[in-house]
Amino acid sequence: MTDTFSEDEVLTAAEAKRETRRRMLADFWFYFSENRGAVIGLWVFLALVVVALLAPVIAPHAPNMQYRDSVLMPPVWQEGGSWTYLLGTDAVGRDMLSRLIYGARFSLFIGVIVVAIAVSGGVTIGLIAGYFRGVVDTVIMRVMDVILAFPSLLLALVLVAILGPGLTNAMIAIAIVLQPHFVRLTRSSVFNEINREYVISARVAGASPYYLMTRTLLPNCLGPVTVQATLSFSNAILDAAALGFLGVGAQPPTPEWGTMLADAREFILRAWWVVTFPGLAILITVLAINLMGDGLRDALDPKLKRS
Amino acid sequence: MLSFLIKRIGLLIPTFIGITIVAFGFVRVLPGDPVLLMAGERGLTPERYEALMKQFGYDRPIWVQYWDYLNGLLHGDLGQSLVTKKPVLDEFMQLFPATVELALCAIILAIVIGIPAGIIAASRRGSFVDQSIMGTALVGYSMPIFWWGLLLIIVFSGWLQWTPVSGRISLLYFFPQVTGFMTIDSLLSGQKGAFTSAVSHLILPTIVLATIPLAVIARQTRSSMLEVLGEDYVRTARAKGLSERRVIGIHALRNAMIPVITVIGLSVGTLLAGAILTETIFSWPGIGKWMVDSITRRDYPVVQSGLLLIAAVVMVVNLLVDMTYGLINPRIRH
Repeated sequence: MTDTFSEDEVLTAAEAKRETRRRMLADFWFYFSENRGAVIGLWVFLALVVVALLAPVIAPHAPNMQYRDSVLMPPVWQEGGSWTYLLGTDAVGRDMLSRLIYGARFSLFIGVIVVAIAVSGGVTIGLIAGYFRGVVDTVIMRVMDVILAFPSLLLALVLVAILGPGLTNAMIAIAIVLQPHFVRLTRSSVFNEINREYVISARVAGASPYYLMTRTLLPNCLGPVTVQATLSFSNAILDAAALGFLGVGAQPPTPEWGTMLADAREFILRAWWVVTFPGLAILITVLAINLMGDGLRDALDPKLKRS
Repeated sequence: MLSFLIKRIGLLIPTFIGITIVAFGFVRVLPGDPVLLMAGERGLTPERYEALMKQFGYDRPIWVQYWDYLNGLLHGDLGQSLVTKKPVLDEFMQLFPATVELALCAIILAIVIGIPAGIIAASRRGSFVDQSIMGTALVGYSMPIFWWGLLLIIVFSGWLQWTPVSGRISLLYFFPQVTGFMTIDSLLSGQKGAFTSAVSHLILPTIVLATIPLAVIARQTRSSMLEVLGEDYVRTARAKGLSERRVIGIHALRNAMIPVITVIGLSVGTLLAGAILTETIFSWPGIGKWMVDSITRRDYPVVQSGLLLIAAVVMVVNLLVDMTYGLINPRIRH
């Protein structure tokens, strides 16, 4: 007998791994799909992704095209509406529907980028704090406490004031504000896991700190991080829209939903549609993501699982 | 309890120092020279520039400047607004009651509706009532409140004409600020209609600001009630033959409230962040609007000290919440 595996054995090992992964996914889907709201949220979210990707194809008009002869036209079902502009036009004659469709791109893009920055930064810092403990941990956690001491939107607002208004800076600011939550979550998961047998055995087997952090500990911290990530996704969209609304986020004429609302404020009593639709778009997007988040939490949190 | 308190306050000191560093660093990391920034577009002669550099002390090492700043803080010197030329602390003190009044009304509304809603949902788990309450709570939780405010203005101020659009009280009334709370001051003034006017100005902002805390409280109440309802002592209470009302109202509720109180405490930060948007929409003269205005006007001393004061307020409130928490739940103290 040789001490190397035969090709067959290697194959079955890989297959077994694939099989467990498949089983885990099936398990996850079982619990996720039990939550009707979560499935609806998922479908709405997927629809939004499709709309965002196909924006140039679906949108009836260019988002920044100003049709000067049809300014503040109401939606089609109201008197004075026209089939050319289904959801009406804004104060400079831009088609609302097209702007909303392009807006989906911005919101989803903002969510993805902000969460990517916040998660990667937060998880890395959290792993380091949880793994090394001691002074490193204390310093990191005190810095996080300082960030969390400020109301998030206020801190984001001030950060944007420092960095200068604009979408990119708004995204960086929001990521910085959201990131301490990931640090805390990862750190406490690491604290829970680090004295378990599998971690000790990996350490005894000679795994390097880097290997231990990324391969052994990280996968076991991902459950709560995933749930927090969906929450942060919706928070990022809301905060970015709020910054846009306050005039320091995406700048006009960008068809970002929050910025559209800021432009529309002076017309609220004259043209309800320029105010109603962008906000409704934000609400639907955020609601869909939060519905998914609730489903994810139920599916990933073993405590809530019905045995 | 005392040692718990001391430990808790001990933790605050490094955080507070961190906050002062952030507030101090804020003006320093702004792109450009602070003196030129304050001078704006008028420009400065080189001599005047030198004099100003000296006057503000920017020519000294940074740690000396920080030390001076800290010293000033401890003596209540928070700088002066570039626009109004008034001390920042005075402005803050004048505007803060408006925010507190609004935030208090909002949190009371959120508690008064949120907790019963959560209890009803939990006690009828899975029913239509539960689903509607939780559905509504999720919508509230996902609400972009700046849009929600505009929507309410369209309906209640525009179409129905029930409520005013902005401000704290109608311009018809004028009376001295005693408590800073418009509702109380208007009553004290004894002017007819003043109180009604103050209340009608308060309604919409309160609803808007309460929306997210309300949803969070309702969700938390429901989930911690469900957790508690599965416990043995609740089963014992039921087995004793107590009425459902007593089981839920006395045995379950008291234990379920602990996480709910935490959530209420945590929402103070949410309220202050929400105040930024709510006050901006309703032109409510509180610290949220003050901060936004100062940022757009580039009134940096105000932004700097406002940031510090707001963080300090959040910190103190969190400490108070922790103390209440320690009082209700003795396990935490040790």
